[in-house]
Amino acid sequence: MGRYVLKRFGFMLLSLWVIVTITFLLMNAVPGGPFTSVKLTPLVEKQLQRKYGLDKPKFQQYLTLLKNLGRFDLGLSIRERGRSVNDIIKNTFPTSAVLGIEALVFAVTLGLALGIIASLYRGQALDYVAIIIAVIGVSIPNFIVASVLQYIFGFKLGILPIARWESFKHTILPAFALGLGTLATMTRMMRSSMLEVLNQDYIRTAKAKGLNSAQIIWGHGVRNAILPIVTILGPLIAGITTGTLVIERMFGIPGLGKYFVDSIYNRDYPMIMGTTVFYSALLLFMNFLVDIAYGFIDPRIRLARGKED
Amino acid sequence: MLNFYPKPEDFAPLTLDEKIGDEITRPPISYWEDVWIRFRKNKLATIGLVVLSILITMAIIGPIISPWDYRTCDYGHVNEFVSKRHWFGTDYLGRDMFTRLWQGTRISVFIGITAAFLDLLIGVAWGGIAGYFGGIVDDIMMRIVDVLYGIPYLLVVILLLVVMEPGLTSIILAMSLTGWVGMARLVRGQILQLKEMEYVLAAKSVGASPRRIIARHLIPNTMGVVLVSLTSSIPGAIFGEAFLSFIGLGVPMPQASLGTLANEGYQVLRIYPQNMIIPATVMSLLILSFNFVGDGLRDALDPRLRQ
Amino acid sequence: MEQKVVKRELEEPATDQLLSIEDLQVSFHTYAGEVHAVRGVTYSVEQGGSLAVVGESGCGKTVTVQAVMRLTPIPPGEIKGGKIIFNGKDILSLTEREMQSIRGKEIGMIFQDPMTGLNPTMTVGNQIAEAIIKHQRVSKHEAMERAIEMLNLVEIPNPRVRASQYPHQFSGGMRQRAMIAIALACAPVLLIADEPTTSLDVTIQSQILDLLQNLQDRLGMTIVLITHNLGVVARLARNLVVMYAGKVVERGTSWDIFYEPAHPYTEALLQAVPRLDRPSRMELASIPGAPPDLFEPPQGCAFAPRCNYCMKICMEYDATPIKVSDSHHVSCWLHHEANPNPLPKELQKGGGKRD
Repeated sequence: MGRYVLKRFGFMLLSLWVIVTITFLLMNAVPGGPFTSVKLTPLVEKQLQRKYGLDKPKFQQYLTLLKNLGRFDLGLSIRERGRSVNDIIKNTFPTSAVLGIEALVFAVTLGLALGIIASLYRGQALDYVAIIIAVIGVSIPNFIVASVLQYIFGFKLGILPIARWESFKHTILPAFALGLGTLATMTRMMRSSMLEVLNQDYIRTAKAKGLNSAQIIWGHGVRNAILPIVTILGPLIAGITTGTLVIERMFGIPGLGKYFVDSIYNRDYPMIMGTTVFYSALLLFMNFLVDIAYGFIDPRIRLARGKED
Repeated sequence: MLNFYPKPEDFAPLTLDEKIGDEITRPPISYWEDVWIRFRKNKLATIGLVVLSILITMAIIGPIISPWDYRTCDYGHVNEFVSKRHWFGTDYLGRDMFTRLWQGTRISVFIGITAAFLDLLIGVAWGGIAGYFGGIVDDIMMRIVDVLYGIPYLLVVILLLVVMEPGLTSIILAMSLTGWVGMARLVRGQILQLKEMEYVLAAKSVGASPRRIIARHLIPNTMGVVLVSLTSSIPGAIFGEAFLSFIGLGVPMPQASLGTLANEGYQVLRIYPQNMIIPATVMSLLILSFNFVGDGLRDALDPRLRQ
Repeated sequence: MEQKVVKRELEEPATDQLLSIEDLQVSFHTYAGEVHAVRGVTYSVEQGGSLAVVGESGCGKTVTVQAVMRLTPIPPGEIKGGKIIFNGKDILSLTEREMQSIRGKEIGMIFQDPMTGLNPTMTVGNQIAEAIIKHQRVSKHEAMERAIEMLNLVEIPNPRVRASQYPHQFSGGMRQRAMIAIALACAPVLLIADEPTTSLDVTIQSQILDLLQNLQDRLGMTIVLITHNLGVVARLARNLVVMYAGKVVERGTSWDIFYEPAHPYTEALLQAVPRLDRPSRMELASIPGAPPDLFEPPQGCAFAPRCNYCMKICMEYDATPIKVSDSHHVSCWLHHEANPNPLPKELQKGGGKRD
């Protein structure tokens, strides 16, 4: 098992390196450099270039970058004078994290529940309702859901706040908009996973033992159906993360997503790059954790890996 | 059960010919015919197909039948509601929403289909080669895929667009350069499965060349899986483009895509909700119907559900 | 290791038949129509007896016993008629709750495919213990101890270690033994074995059959064995029921059926068993044709189209069971007293040429 963990960790670092390199190449492919949009005298420009290390040859800049990353130093933002990217991230990421976790918890618990219920009432009204909600939830982009929610609950009914991040009530609409797509995906996957599991022979064995429905559904059904769901947790978290970019903007939430989008508008290259690396590292790490977790949960894999050592 | 007593004549022996042999067999139907029949049975999928056809038709003829063109600013009639002059109203610059809507649909669908197709080509080529040749070629190619797979796709697209400046070509390029990875994995998996199957062995033994094997045997059988994957990558691409628009990386003015229209509409959501609701509805219907069709196709192709 | 073997006594000494199936009819509603899988099946087994039900795939033997346990999936299945009496109770009229206290506790069932019959994410020990905890008021620890004893009973070496392992760590034969352990965990009076050896290879088959025989002797269980393999039957069963296309065509003792088969189908089945002592040049006999489609049940005898001795009446009416001897009944017009023709040589008493 240990060897497998190491292997996945290695892959993670490799992917991270690839994306850092790609980011570096891209940032330096932009003609004119980061200061073209700002009017500067040549002297000031040269000073700034020196400060940000942009006057060194490209390859050296690259190595410096890698070295800095090794120390978790993401550089200095250009727009936010003097503030380091690390600083900005440290201040804004917790907000995004809270939003993201709230959305995730909401989506996963409700989604699983709905999926299980739909599978048990297959072909009946409840099932159709769940399927339709699920397909709609998957199809309608989260920013559209967000705007509809803002319109109905904010403008028309005025019962829920639609901007800023000051109380729990402020989190309801954005978390819902962010999580709806994930909820829909969860419902669909859990439903089809349950249906497949409930068709298996061991369910029949369980019934022949005299177990009641609840015992069969939970102990034998859900227990097995949930395994394939774990594998998509990685992409799901990635989806929620990219979702924050748009949602935070629309709801005026001061999270990392909003800052990232702003930095794109402003072409604040160090910020763009630093945040991209941060997000990538975060998501790659999450994928890695999910991978390892799955290995533990599924006894077939846990024991097979164990044998490898 | 019997209410009579049998007579000796009843016991006369019958030869095999005299026996009525019923053979209830179903007339054979081709693979794709069967798929089509099963697809049609699925109500949601059929509705999806109908809606999709309507939307695409409108996208094609909409801008043609409209008296306005998508860029003309009718300054006297800004932010108007639905009227005889402007069938779907106007936007903040007085441009006709009906025209812009269908023009935007054209662009969105175009981006969606093109990006998905490019992904298809790259993915099928990559996965096909890796799967077919196997061995070290497969190893290297799939290692690359594994590394790329972990990288969050939209982030890279954003980066690419920041560098390339958003435009129709750059958006399509950015999305296709990053989105092929999933397809490659899928195709390679299918090819590996099919390679083991006996008819490939049969073809090889007759001396068919690798190219022939790939073209005549492997590709047609992977088609089903690829088709289903397409029906989810197209809406994915449409969604992606809309998402990029909402971050400011959509098609530049004065071009319109459903995403940019929705974004523009969002700015005035409070006062002129229709400017967002209309493009948002069309976008959602588009994605929704693609999903229904995709689901229906997947169910229709699933051999386990054969009746 | 000491074994606690429990010999179960009948709770209420009812009739001498522990299980009695009378005119059972089960259908399945599918897209293509209604499949009449079981069209009036009647047989029974006495306490302590061993009965084998044979027939080709699709003849309804599995559907019948699943109905006994009320395991039939109710949509699309439907029990259209008949009676099932087990241990004095009318199975078809019990509530689901009452059935749950019969399944596992009074009737145990083992299924055909042990590879898929066990929950892959639960240890084997737990799967056995689960049944014990459900039906008997014991602690989890005690249940696990009993589970380990059960594994020992079914002759799995190293039971304590094995109990904490997962199904994928067991071989095919061991998994089937585990399934048997689960079925017998609460010492049921009746064991139904549905093709217990079909997916196993020949040497293992033999071992499993020995095990079942052994267990029956020790625990005094009644066994109903479903199989399409006549070789399996000869060792284990005292009585036999032959089914075809959803109906019973012949029933009797093993001796009756093997040496004096009365039904043409039974005769054909026996002929089709490959033998080692015949010249290897001889072709394997098989029965030409195929069983009927059960969407539109045939009007007369279902076997008629494939029968060498088919008569006019066979195509029009289905025969009811005719007594050949006290223990032996057959549903075939050939044996009807009104039949003026002589019986074919192979179906006469003493006509069998087998050892």
